[in-house]
Amino acid sequence: MSSEKTDPPAAGAAPILPPSTGMPTLHKAIFLVLLLFLAGLPFMVYPVFAMKVMCFALFAAAFNLLLGFGGLLSFGHAAYFGGASYIAAHAAKEWGFTPELSVLCGTAAAAVLGLIIGALSIRRQGIYFAMVTLAFAQMVYFFALQAPFTGGEDGIQSVPRGDLFGLIPLENNIALYFFVLAVTFGGILFLYRIVHSPFGQVLKAIRENEPRAISLGYNVNRYKLLVFVLSATFAGLAGATKSQVFQLASLTDAHWMMSGEVVLMTLLGGMGTIFGPPVGAALIVTMQNYLATFGAWVTVIQGVIFVIGVLLFREGIVGVISRWLKRPL
Amino acid sequence: MIRKLALGTALGALAAGAAFAAGIDVKLGVLNDRSGVYADLSGEGSVVAARMAVEDFKAKDKGLNVEIISADHQNKPDIGSGIARKWYDAEGVNAILDVPTSSVALAVADITADANGVLLDSGAGSTALTREQCRPTTIHWTYDTAALANGTGKALTEAGGKKWFFLTADYAFGHSLEENTAKVVEANGGEVVGTVDVPFPAQDFSSFLLQAQGSGADVIGLANAGGDTVNAIKQASEFGITQAGQKLAALLFFITDVHALGVQTAQGLSLTSAFYWDQNDQTREWSKRFMDKHGAEPTMVQAGVYSATMAYLAAVEALGSADDGKAVVAKMKEMDIDDPLFGKVKVRGDGRAVHDMYLYEVKTPGDSTGEWDLYKQISSISGDDAFLPMLDECDFTKK
Repeated sequence: MSSEKTDPPAAGAAPILPPSTGMPTLHKAIFLVLLLFLAGLPFMVYPVFAMKVMCFALFAAAFNLLLGFGGLLSFGHAAYFGGASYIAAHAAKEWGFTPELSVLCGTAAAAVLGLIIGALSIRRQGIYFAMVTLAFAQMVYFFALQAPFTGGEDGIQSVPRGDLFGLIPLENNIALYFFVLAVTFGGILFLYRIVHSPFGQVLKAIRENEPRAISLGYNVNRYKLLVFVLSATFAGLAGATKSQVFQLASLTDAHWMMSGEVVLMTLLGGMGTIFGPPVGAALIVTMQNYLATFGAWVTVIQGVIFVIGVLLFREGIVGVISRWLKRPL
Repeated sequence: MIRKLALGTALGALAAGAAFAAGIDVKLGVLNDRSGVYADLSGEGSVVAARMAVEDFKAKDKGLNVEIISADHQNKPDIGSGIARKWYDAEGVNAILDVPTSSVALAVADITADANGVLLDSGAGSTALTREQCRPTTIHWTYDTAALANGTGKALTEAGGKKWFFLTADYAFGHSLEENTAKVVEANGGEVVGTVDVPFPAQDFSSFLLQAQGSGADVIGLANAGGDTVNAIKQASEFGITQAGQKLAALLFFITDVHALGVQTAQGLSLTSAFYWDQNDQTREWSKRFMDKHGAEPTMVQAGVYSATMAYLAAVEALGSADDGKAVVAKMKEMDIDDPLFGKVKVRGDGRAVHDMYLYEVKTPGDSTGEWDLYKQISSISGDDAFLPMLDECDFTKK
């Protein structure tokens, strides 16, 4: 890959990625180090916490596909995250599905939901697009609150963890950890592949200049819909996995604050970078977890960090590192 | 030589000290809302109450080394269950206290059962804790929505409030609260003349209150919680509903809420509680000490944390160990508890702590003599009448 100096990208936008001819060595190395680190992580920190971080990392990465590479700010991603977690929890608890089938069920539901909502929302742009997605997400929230199978504000509780493929019991936290690791890592690699595919290049073209992409003959709406559905699907994958980890699905996952939180994670980590959103997710989840004893201060600290983040390094943590290294991350 | 001697004595003293300190280690975790809507009624006050219980139990003298930690679950089940798991697996917590917000409490109940810990729930209202999701390691101490509905519904109907109108928050919790209360009202010879489903959450109750006012009902039941109840009461006060002779009954309301509203606005409101600071000498004495430490009168949730901790420590002392949560809970179910705050308490086989409940009416500004002089007692409801009967499949003493 070229390491020539590119112009500093416009605030918030990602460095332009070179056309892909296989994975650059730097990225290969990062993925490898990350994998080794994650393989050892459950023996260092509490595994359930590590799994939560990974679920949110995937969620943020999925959201970033839409915002960072598609240039579409959705304010309703909690709908897919929460919707999938409800479906997966229901499948595991009431239908007795194995974990991988439950997760697939949830993910499929999120994809369908993404297709319906996406098809309607992409007709509008900018703030209108964000508001339409928020409105749909609120509908999903209302559905989760009212539908008979969701348990109202109690959520779906005591979801069994079951046996993976009907063989490997996931009661053990370490076993479950590696299942979640496989899902998350696979998911993020897939997202990486999407971003670096010709499809991803077209997406970036649309993000940078939509009229020009249209004039070049691309059916812009089809690309937008596809990226919307992909993003919703992976958000759903994250939500469905989370429901298996915590053995519950609750309104928190479908609440609009969850949509806000994922925006926060993505911006803090670095919008339009591959490794940024997972970093942001890890940061936010760690704060929520380890600062829980500070009570009310958690949200205050989170707010202060966000303000500092957007004032001092607008490209996000990984965005700034990427600028220093003069390489896209 | 002298040095050796000194060293020897020091070592000996150290060993003796260690032997003396080797009592029963107990670690309690207070898990509640410390920043959100329930922070006032549980929050730091519950931690204060738990600490008072450890002091009053004289745990140190009895050879119990009790440590109390606390955390904020932010009313999110995933955060709450994450903390609970970590506490049990990594930090050696023996029992988790308080846990308001039903969704979090239900999640923690499961984790507690898996980890063989103890859940002493005071803050949550869901009856599922001792019914659909009963666990041998759960004790539900203070109240549940059925007991509140029973208390308010029964006592008010018997006192002549025959015709009821419900304002129901339109979600599962609101409907179950309405359904429970309506059953009690009808069983006691009353009738439900109307209900209206109010979207949740709601700011404007005026049209619903007008319907209720026009319905000719004696009692308007508020089957909602938190901010919704506060809004409804404020607007009812603007309409002069209680002054006009209709009774307003809050089905889930706490003393901190009444205190925040003030007697001017909340006057005449009926509500059920398991505890009120000005009940008798013992509650006054305890509440005064609590007030000195915390700066507010205790809610029933905080008082419940105190009582549950006392009973728990007694059971641990009797067993000589806090390691086996199931055994501690079984022991608590055997004990006859005479509590300074709740009176006679019996923990049933399903983990439901049964004690008397009381129906209160909020005083008028003329009757109230102080900032916290808020309630007058209308009647008391025996525990057996207040709480739902036990389900056979949840009776863990038989298993």
